[in-house]
Amino acid sequence: MSFDNAYEALTEENDTRWAFGTGFADPLAGMDTSVPSHVDAAALAELCLRIGDDALIMSHRLQDWVTAAPELEDEVALANIGLDLLGQARLLLARAAKADPSVVPSVPQSDEDALAFFRDAAEFRNVRLVELGGGDFAFAMARLLVFATWRLALLQDLTAAEDPVLAAIAVKGVKELTYHRDYAARWVVRLGDGTEYSHERMQAGLDAVWPYVDELFADCPDLRGTFDAVIAEVSTVSTLRVPAGYGLQPPRTHTEHLEPILAEMQSVAREHPDATW
Amino acid sequence: MVSARTIAETVTDPELPMVTLADLGVLRSVDETLDSVVVTITPTYSGCPAMDAMRADLSAALHNAGYSDVDVRTVLSPAWTTDWITPAGRSKLAAAGIAPPGPAPRPGPIPLTLTVPARRVPCPLCGSADTELLSEFSATACKSLRRCRSCSEPFEHVKEI
Repeated sequence: MSFDNAYEALTEENDTRWAFGTGFADPLAGMDTSVPSHVDAAALAELCLRIGDDALIMSHRLQDWVTAAPELEDEVALANIGLDLLGQARLLLARAAKADPSVVPSVPQSDEDALAFFRDAAEFRNVRLVELGGGDFAFAMARLLVFATWRLALLQDLTAAEDPVLAAIAVKGVKELTYHRDYAARWVVRLGDGTEYSHERMQAGLDAVWPYVDELFADCPDLRGTFDAVIAEVSTVSTLRVPAGYGLQPPRTHTEHLEPILAEMQSVAREHPDATW
Repeated sequence: MVSARTIAETVTDPELPMVTLADLGVLRSVDETLDSVVVTITPTYSGCPAMDAMRADLSAALHNAGYSDVDVRTVLSPAWTTDWITPAGRSKLAAAGIAPPGPAPRPGPIPLTLTVPARRVPCPLCGSADTELLSEFSATACKSLRRCRSCSEPFEHVKEI
């Protein structure tokens, strides 16, 4: 199955992989997914859902920039970063389902599809930061910097997770996020330390993101120091001011921005659950 | 009958058809017993969309060679690194105009890199050492985009992970 171009792949007979993800193999196919006896399976599933949902929704927000970024190279970059995160989401949702099957909605779809397409907004565990819609490119880069810096620290920590599957997913994710963080940080520096106008827009982007930062560390306060050190380094070089520390606190709720994302993402799967093309 | 390993090692990457999965280090093991074959592969990046095509290609090649019971499994650990690309794989990439990767970063603390690291990546087309990074992201997850300042041609580079 190799093709000269992507269109050939789409027209191959009986290839069901191209309709909203149907027909994809389980990303954990053939792996030992038993939960070690000393690991709490329900807590493991909850953690995987949380960081899997973060990756899934952030991936969608990055895809918003395809056809809208300042340069073609940036569209490609943001699509690539979104693809990495979508891959992490697939692995993590599949891991959650294997650890605790009771988290998966009862529909005939595969575990990862059931979790992505057949849960409502209230059942998503992602942080509010990743949902926020709108905003300019400076806002997008501020969010990506905050997200990638936090997630890189989180996944580095999880490389020592007691569950070997989660630890393996984290090791892969760390390699990917290293590139994501550098990409965002370089844009923040370029705009922050650019013209007076770009500086102003970049500062506004960082200010708009900042209220959503405290929530990221509600479950992992130990990682805040690592995060703050990276942000301080970027802020010095970019001549930006780190906003004063205040923010939204748990209990976790969602903003009004999540439902429209889900409506778009889930509509085909829900309307045509058996669709292939 | 040709060994299952020999067959599996002929299967090429769906997106980089000039190299085999074995050249890339994506093919991790081929275990042949009396009546079955278990092949393990590892993804390059978490979101690599070619994994399903790799599984299908490996199964098809082994079925065509007479192996009826073939199981292709995924393994995530140890995580793939560009250091596993074989010398033969590196030569084939370069011959196809894709600059092979340098040494992967060492594990450990990850420094923030605010300026583009100066890597010596010779142009695979004209050989000039005077090349620049255009973007660390390119047509596939595993490649960056560069340009040669001598011959002006853009080219891809398998980026180090």
